[in-house]
Amino acid sequence: MASSIRVRATSKDDITEVQTLIQHPMDTGLVKDAKGETIPAHYIQELKFECNGKEVFVANWGTAVAKDPYVKFSFKGAKKGDDLKISWTDNKGTSDETTAKIA
Amino acid sequence: MTTTTGPHPTRRLILQGAVSVALIGLGNLPFAPALAAANDKYPDEAFKLKNEAEAIKALYGKTPEPSDKIKLDAPEIAENGAVVPVSVTTTLDKVTSISFFVAENPNALAASYRFPDGAIPAVANRLKMAKTSSVTAIVEADGKLYSATKDVKVTVGGCGG
Repeated sequence: MASSIRVRATSKDDITEVQTLIQHPMDTGLVKDAKGETIPAHYIQELKFECNGKEVFVANWGTAVAKDPYVKFSFKGAKKGDDLKISWTDNKGTSDETTAKIA
Repeated sequence: MTTTTGPHPTRRLILQGAVSVALIGLGNLPFAPALAAANDKYPDEAFKLKNEAEAIKALYGKTPEPSDKIKLDAPEIAENGAVVPVSVTTTLDKVTSISFFVAENPNALAASYRFPDGAIPAVANRLKMAKTSSVTAIVEADGKLYSATKDVKVTVGGCGG
C-alpha cells in the first residue's frame, strides 16, 4: 500500500522547508454516521520528523486537527540529499513512516 | 484533573520544582508538577481539558502574556469549520514550542509543536473549529510563555444558511 505520508522537503540557503500531507480520517469521536452510531475517535497523536538521526520537529495532535492533516515548518542544519524520516502514531496504535530525500 | 497546587507548597513540591528547573533550565515555575506534560511525552491530560486556560496550564504550567512579536495568521471568516488554515510565525528568540488553542472547541487544545535546536519558529497547519471562536497561539520562548489571539467566524452550513 502506498504510504499515507506525502512529503516535500526543499533546501535553500541552509534552511529546509518541509511540507507534509498525511492521509488520516482524524475522527473526533463526536460525529455520528448515517445510522446514528457514533464514529469512535481515531486521530494521529504524534508526528515526528528526524533528520540525520536527530529530531527536528515534533507535533502532538488532538482531535481538532483537520482530516488529512497538513503541516509546514522549516529547520536549519540539513543539506540537499539528506534523509528526512517522518513517522506518525495514532490513538489506536497504528503507525506509518516514510523517508524522503531533501531536494 | 486540575493543576492547582495547595495553598501551602509542600517540601515535595518545592523539590519537584527544583528538579524541573534543573532539567530544562527554566525560570520560576509555579506549577511544577504539571510541567512534565510540556515535554517529551504526549500530553494526554492537556488534550482532554475543555477550558482553554486550564489546558494551557496543564501543558505548560504557566500563564502566557500577550506579545506583538507573534504573528497569528487565520481567516477572519472560515466558510468551512472542518478545515481552517492557521499559521504562526514569530520573531521571538529561543522558541521551544508552539501550540494552538481553539476556545470554543469541545477540547481547547488543538495541536502542540516542539522545536528542538535549529528549527525555525514557524508552523502552518489546518484545524477543525466547531463554531465561531477565538484561536490562540502560545509560543514558549526562552522559558517564558507568550500568546496571540485572533477571532475566527465560522459560517455553519456553508451557503449562508
